[in-house]
Amino acid sequence: MIAVYRREVGSYFKGVLGYLLGAFLLVFAGIYCMVYNLSGYYSNFEYVLSAIGFIYLIAVPVISMRSVAEEKKQKTDQLLYSLPISLSSVVMGKYLAMLTVLALPVGIMALYPLILSQFGAVAYSTAYGALLAFFLMGGCLLSIGLFISSITDSQVAAAVITLLTMMLLYFMSSLASWVSTEASASLTALMVLAVIAAVIFYIMSKNTIVSVIVGAALIGGLQLWYHIDSSAFSGLFASMMNAISVFDRFDTFVNGVFDVTAIVYYLSIIGVMIFLTTQAMEKRRWSE
Amino acid sequence: MIEVSHLTKKYGANRAVDDLSFTIDKGVIYGLLGPNGAGKSTTMNIITGCLGATSGEVRVGGHSVMDEPMEAKKLIGYLPEQPPLYQEMTPKEYLRFVAQAKGIPHKEWNSQLHMVMEKTRIVDVQDRLIRNLSKGYKQRVGIAQALLGNPEVIILDEPTVGLDPKQIIEIRELIRELGKEHTLVLSSHILSEVQAVCDHIMIISKGHLVASDTPENLTSLFAGTTTIKLEAMGDADAVRSLLSTVDGIETAALTTEDGVTRCELTQSGEEDVRAAIFTAFADAKLPILEMTRVRASLEDVFLELTSGEAAAIQPEPADTVDETEVAEE
Repeated sequence: MIAVYRREVGSYFKGVLGYLLGAFLLVFAGIYCMVYNLSGYYSNFEYVLSAIGFIYLIAVPVISMRSVAEEKKQKTDQLLYSLPISLSSVVMGKYLAMLTVLALPVGIMALYPLILSQFGAVAYSTAYGALLAFFLMGGCLLSIGLFISSITDSQVAAAVITLLTMMLLYFMSSLASWVSTEASASLTALMVLAVIAAVIFYIMSKNTIVSVIVGAALIGGLQLWYHIDSSAFSGLFASMMNAISVFDRFDTFVNGVFDVTAIVYYLSIIGVMIFLTTQAMEKRRWSE
Repeated sequence: MIEVSHLTKKYGANRAVDDLSFTIDKGVIYGLLGPNGAGKSTTMNIITGCLGATSGEVRVGGHSVMDEPMEAKKLIGYLPEQPPLYQEMTPKEYLRFVAQAKGIPHKEWNSQLHMVMEKTRIVDVQDRLIRNLSKGYKQRVGIAQALLGNPEVIILDEPTVGLDPKQIIEIRELIRELGKEHTLVLSSHILSEVQAVCDHIMIISKGHLVASDTPENLTSLFAGTTTIKLEAMGDADAVRSLLSTVDGIETAALTTEDGVTRCELTQSGEEDVRAAIFTAFADAKLPILEMTRVRASLEDVFLELTSGEAAAIQPEPADTVDETEVAEE
């Protein structure tokens, strides 16, 4: 794991990518810090973090796109498969390297509240609580990017899919407010999802009968549940959309609340994504 | 050292490797020979744990590659068909990464690195970016990577593909040198390649092992069925009765045209029977117009084994004429 980690970090900082990314994050943090804190006379650094959340839309695909996809393209993944190291440690090494690339600019941002304290009272606890959450949110999004990188062969495809996913997550809560809260609408949306799930299952397994059974079981289950308790469906889809809105969780921290559930939420997603990435790499060994 | 038993790998309905079994002994250079798509790379990928088998088992030094991958992989150094090099690193950095990943203790890195770079002669380019190296040097870096940790078995998949003739000779020399200390398995679709460096040849066709022996034995296996083409004046019956007096040959179909009989004879022993045939025909005053001995070369063996019905070991007469001698009266 350490070998993979060292190689990955080295490759980020050997080229311009690592530095460019740090600069990119810091430029936006600097601009918003100037606007809110220096010109606007707010002493809360968390407002800056809240405003620059959108930089992850760009930063995450750039960091994560090459991670696994490039290994496959250059066929260097064959080396990783033949070395006496487990795939989970390979994935962990890669993920920790991405976190390191993110940790550098975030670490520099940690100096901002200290600088601001020269000009007045700064609420350190909320500022640093929000910064930690900001970093974890980034880590959570990076783990999603890592997984997407592991299911494609091309950096470009990985970057585009990751960008779209990031945008979807970013606008999720706005979209959720437009979704009808009627129970029947939720049922329809969920049934569409069930069909999509069955199609994905078919693409992955190439097994028509099982895919149809899976689809039918999901739709049947939803119908049954709807007949038993249709009230449960009202607003269900909107609340489901809100539940996967990674960016929204961060707002609580900006409002000065250290939300432990959000921390657990981020860590769980990271865990699941690392697991899925390992499985995606393991799968390649079996199908190719 | 390596035991492969009943290995099968399916891609959909297609069997890339079909019930393959063989054993690799210590200290021998093995050549895995077969045309493109015969299943050589697939077999090597399965042995090294890069690919999962549909069924069957591979044991390396007694460890199953599937159940104890760490132990098995430590015994193997592998160079895949395309050297798995990180283009933006220098050979030194790259080898250091592999050394660390292979779990070589930190204090041995420098000595190990120095050793493999000396062996593969890449000391001069150790600080250049791999991206900028020539194909031959990239191949050497790939081999150096396989050598790290001094594994007992080195597996090289098509090590000389895409190299120029000078580089091919250099890599061959390197392979011979490595063969003194390691068990080597290399694959190729070029016969002269394996013939030049290997102690033992395994010919694979359509996922099956069709022959496995030393280069000498493989050739002599077919020398035993050397054919003789004969053309003599006289009718078929006279020729047949004359030939039956000569020992060590089997007469095949005879054709007679304008008083000239042509036939093909299969020689069963190593001994040259042409003199005996000549004497027999001369005594009967039947002039021999032409007599040619056609000997199967290793090339024929390879072509024969890898084309069509792989199981039948029967040389097609005169695919290539290796040794031609004509006796005329």
